[in-house]
Amino acid sequence: MKLLTLNFLTCAIKTCKTNSASFPLHPRDAELEIVEADVNLPFLKNILPRLMWDELRGICTELGLPELPATPPTPADLIQPSSSTPETTDAAPIAEADEEPSQTAKDLHRVLLETCIQEGKLVCGACEHEYAVKEGVANFLLPGHLV
Amino acid sequence: MPNPSTPAQTYETNHVHTVYEEIASHFSSTRYKPWPIVQTFLQTQPQGSIGADIGCGNGKYLRDKSQVWMVGCDRSTNLAKIASKNEPHSVIVADTLALPHPNGVFDFAICIAVIHHLSTAARRVEAVKCVLDLLRRPCSSSSSSTSIFTSSATPSGPGGGGGDDEGGKALIYVWALEQKDSRRGWDEGHEQDVMVPWVLKQKKEKQEKGRRKKGGDEEVGAEETKQEGDKTFLRYYHLYRKGELESDIEQAGGVVLESGYEKDNWWAIARLR
Ligand SMILES: [Zn+2]
Repeated sequence: MKLLTLNFLTCAIKTCKTNSASFPLHPRDAELEIVEADVNLPFLKNILPRLMWDELRGICTELGLPELPATPPTPADLIQPSSSTPETTDAAPIAEADEEPSQTAKDLHRVLLETCIQEGKLVCGACEHEYAVKEGVANFLLPGHLV
Repeated sequence: MPNPSTPAQTYETNHVHTVYEEIASHFSSTRYKPWPIVQTFLQTQPQGSIGADIGCGNGKYLRDKSQVWMVGCDRSTNLAKIASKNEPHSVIVADTLALPHPNGVFDFAICIAVIHHLSTAARRVEAVKCVLDLLRRPCSSSSSSTSIFTSSATPSGPGGGGGDDEGGKALIYVWALEQKDSRRGWDEGHEQDVMVPWVLKQKKEKQEKGRRKKGGDEEVGAEETKQEGDKTFLRYYHLYRKGELESDIEQAGGVVLESGYEKDNWWAIARLR
C-alpha cells in the first residue's frame, strides 16, 4: 500500500470516523518496500492540493523517512526550470507534455507513490484499533462487536 | 476472522462473503468488460478527480489509469488482492457499512453490483448512505443544513479539490427484478429476495471461452451445465424493482440526479442533499 493512500484513509469505526484524532492512521511495525514507477507529473500536480501535508510529514517522521519540507511545494516547484535548453529558437510555449519533473517532484513521487507498506499495522490515533497490512493490502474488516 | 453479531450479518457472511472468497479467482476471470454507463461516468470526471470504488471486485473499473485516482475496496480479501494489481490505484479490504474512506472528501464514488447483496432494507439504505457520505459536500454557502462532517471534521485539505458547487457524485448500480428477457426471466411480481447459483468449474472450461456475451453480463460463466466435480455456490441477492433504488437514495439523504435501466440493472447518479 503506497503512502499516498494514507491521505485518503481513516478509522473504519463509525463513531471514530468523525473524531479528528482518527486521521491519519499511524503505521506501526511497518515493513517498507520501494516499488519503482514512472514519475507522472500531471498526476502529482493534480494530487498536490489534496494532500494533508502536515499529516503526511508526521507519517514520514514516524516511519523514519527523510523529512518532508515544512510547507507543501507549489505546482511550479514540481517542474524543472527549462533554462537548460538554449538551442530552441522559436518562441513556442512549452507544451505540458514537455515539462520535466524537478527534484522536488521526484522526491514527492518517491515518498507518496513508490514507498509502500508491505506488512505491518495501521493504528487509529483515537481508539487505538489496529488494522493489519498483509502483502501490501490493508484490511479494515471489524470484529462483529465493533460494527 | 470477523465475528458477526446480528442475524443479517451472519446471513450475509454465509450467503455472500464466503461465496465470493471461494469463487474469487473464477469470478474474476469472467469479469472483464466494463458496463458502458459506468465507463462513461468515469470518463466524464474531471482530470485529477479522487474517487472511491466501493465493492470493486476484481478491479474491473480500476484498469483505466487515465485521469482519475481511486481508492477501491472489497469485502473479499481474495478479490481485493486481485484488484490491487491495478496501479496506480489503491485497494483495501473493507465492508461497505464500515468504510475507512474519510467522509466529505471524494469527488466521486462508484458502487457497482454491491448493495443488492445486503439482506435487509435498512442495511441497503445504510449502505447507500455510507457511499454518499464519502462525497464532497455541496457547497452552496447559504446552506445551513449540512451535517457534522463538514469542514471541521475534514480540515481544509482533501475537500478543496474540484470547483463545482454540487459536490461529489456517486453512481450506484443494482440488479433489476425486471429482466424478463434475460435467461433468468425474473419480472415484476416475482419474489425479490433470491438465491443465485454460481457453478465453480473443477474441470477445463472449454465451452465457456468462446461463448461470452458482450456487455459484461452479470452471470456469464456461471451456471453453465454442471458436470461431475463442479461445486455450486448460492449467493443472496435482493432484486431491485423499478423506483426502489431512487427511494433508497432519498431515504439515505441523497438527491437523484439521473437514473435509468441498463441491461438487467437499475442505476442512479446521486449526490448529497
Ligand atoms: Zn478509531
